[in-house]
Amino acid sequence: MKMLLQAPLVFLRLFYQSVYLAMGQIWANKTRSILTTIGIVIGVASVTAVIAALTGLKAKILTQVETLGSNTIFISPRRPDTGPMQHANFWSIRFLPEHFDGLLDHCPSVKRFGRQTWIGGKTVSHRERSVENVTVRGIEPDCHKIESRPVTDGRPLSVIDEIQTRQVCLIDPKLRNELHLDRDCIGQTILIGHNTFYIVGVVEPRPESVFGGGDQDRSEVFVPFKTSFKLQRYLYIGVLAESKSAEVSDDAQAELRFFLRRTRNIKPGEPDTFEVMSLQNILDIFNKIAIIVTMVAGGIVGISLLVGGVGIMNIMLVSVSERTREIGLRKAVGAKKTAIMTQFLIEAVVLCFFGGLVGVGFGQLLTMGIANIPKVEMDMAYIPLWAIGLSFGFSGTVGIFFGMFPAIKAARLDPIEALRHE
Amino acid sequence: MKKLQTMPTIAAKAEKPPSRPEPEGAIIHLRDVTRVYKVGVERIHALDGITLELHDNEYVAVMGASGSGKSTLMNVLGCLDRATSGHYALDGQNTTRLSDAALARVRNERIGFVFQSFELLGQHSALKNVEMPLIYSKNGWWTRRKRAKKVLERVGLGDRIKHKPNQLSGGEKQRVAIARALVCEPTILMADEPTGNLDTKTSESIMNLFDQLHREGQTIILVTHEEHVARHARRIIRMRDGKIYDDRPSNQSPADKPATEKDAGGKSS
Repeated sequence: MKMLLQAPLVFLRLFYQSVYLAMGQIWANKTRSILTTIGIVIGVASVTAVIAALTGLKAKILTQVETLGSNTIFISPRRPDTGPMQHANFWSIRFLPEHFDGLLDHCPSVKRFGRQTWIGGKTVSHRERSVENVTVRGIEPDCHKIESRPVTDGRPLSVIDEIQTRQVCLIDPKLRNELHLDRDCIGQTILIGHNTFYIVGVVEPRPESVFGGGDQDRSEVFVPFKTSFKLQRYLYIGVLAESKSAEVSDDAQAELRFFLRRTRNIKPGEPDTFEVMSLQNILDIFNKIAIIVTMVAGGIVGISLLVGGVGIMNIMLVSVSERTREIGLRKAVGAKKTAIMTQFLIEAVVLCFFGGLVGVGFGQLLTMGIANIPKVEMDMAYIPLWAIGLSFGFSGTVGIFFGMFPAIKAARLDPIEALRHE
Repeated sequence: MKKLQTMPTIAAKAEKPPSRPEPEGAIIHLRDVTRVYKVGVERIHALDGITLELHDNEYVAVMGASGSGKSTLMNVLGCLDRATSGHYALDGQNTTRLSDAALARVRNERIGFVFQSFELLGQHSALKNVEMPLIYSKNGWWTRRKRAKKVLERVGLGDRIKHKPNQLSGGEKQRVAIARALVCEPTILMADEPTGNLDTKTSESIMNLFDQLHREGQTIILVTHEEHVARHARRIIRMRDGKIYDDRPSNQSPADKPATEKDAGGKSS
């Protein structure tokens, strides 16, 4: 019984003594230890940085979802992957405004919806000043509510503007500054192309969007949906919808799909020529991409840990042959095989942990670097706690795996031979 | 040291010839021990039928030319090596059938080794070096420190405990090594050419330390090929070709000087 109780204690003592010895060895061979662990350091640093970047991106998207509203549904034309429409012209599958007439009556889960158009690369001018490459968006009034971009000055676009096809517009503060308009610019006129528009309000600048793509720094002008067709006759239409609650989001999407198939005359059995997506779907897609990126990064990290591990094994073998006499002596004074093995194994593991620690440190630096690159939208990148745990777990495993062979070699040395070793 | 209390009576028996099987009080008892090495097809008898008995508080020198088998004998006595055949009992315990782990424990608890080249760990202080064997026995940190300090004082190095081996002289290094051998309070202290790397004067002081330890009750086995070192022992065993050819108290001169110094065995010791 006493022996049973003693066994774990003896092991614990052996363990902490081995850790202590290993620290001493690593300290005694500082340069060598640092060079040896570089492989592990790089592996761990890269895995933590990749995880931090993905975590940051995900957090960013989640905040985006919050600002956009998780009930938002995007509807846009899309060529099906199969069927006769597979190679259809984009123009032929475009949305027509009348496709959506009466939508709210047929889709009980949809709270509101708004059609919108995009006209890119317009030149906007005021007196002698002009700004090129402005995105003009034709929106229905409900789009404001769905997208939650409040009008800071003046008024939003109204149903009357829509019905009367008024030439009114909302601009963003950036454009106001570029055109050198007054701070209170409501009632002034600007030229969009060759058409005169009254400014009725100023909207909040667009939140930095991870979906925005490359036109983040472009200015925006909002005009009534119908009015946008005055600027350009043929336009692609997209639709923003909002479900009544997050719970019925799937219902709303199904209803929209059903409704659109009817209005667009898609025969039963034929694939959709449009797509209905919620932010949740986009999040799901992101998660899939994140998994792939993680796997690829994991593969690279695995290789670097393998290389690092071989480095550890090499240095441990060197250590064993350098310290053959010491091993002989330890055996002569009564060290058992297990004690010698534990000592060398723990030395390898401690070396790897040390690499892991430095690696996490470098990973943190990398993460801070990524977070501070302007316009990359990575400012929310951070290393989650589980990633740190994972890194140490991996380094420990590498230490045990690659330290085992040298440790066994040390434990098997014959004390007489070892003491005679030069 | 455990047997120190019974020391006087056993010491009285020490001068008896080592022929009777398993007498009471013998701490080492070898009977017909052989150690055979195979080198290719050749079989080399490093130990060839050794029968030997050692008692508590004996002070023995094992002498012999290179290749006489004296180092092999010490390895077998020190449980670093196993006899090929024969019987070896240490403290009444038969060691021939013990496992590696059990032999390691025997070495830890009952045997202290002193080597020709000290074998100190360079990166550790004298104290740490002396503590080292206690790491492998069931002793806590505090006991280790206390015992190591005590034994360092005993060998006259109480003021050198924080010094690293490269800050110590050869004699001091060997004293640290002796302290390390004594720290587990072994039944037998074994020294393999303990003065081989030391000058004459330092050798003499180390030998005086062995004498002192013997007076304090320690059983000591010296392996040496130097006559003046062996003179310190009370009993001298002379070996040739794996056999004991002379075994007598050191105050008697050997009756039969080795006729030839040639390596008849022709093998490593």
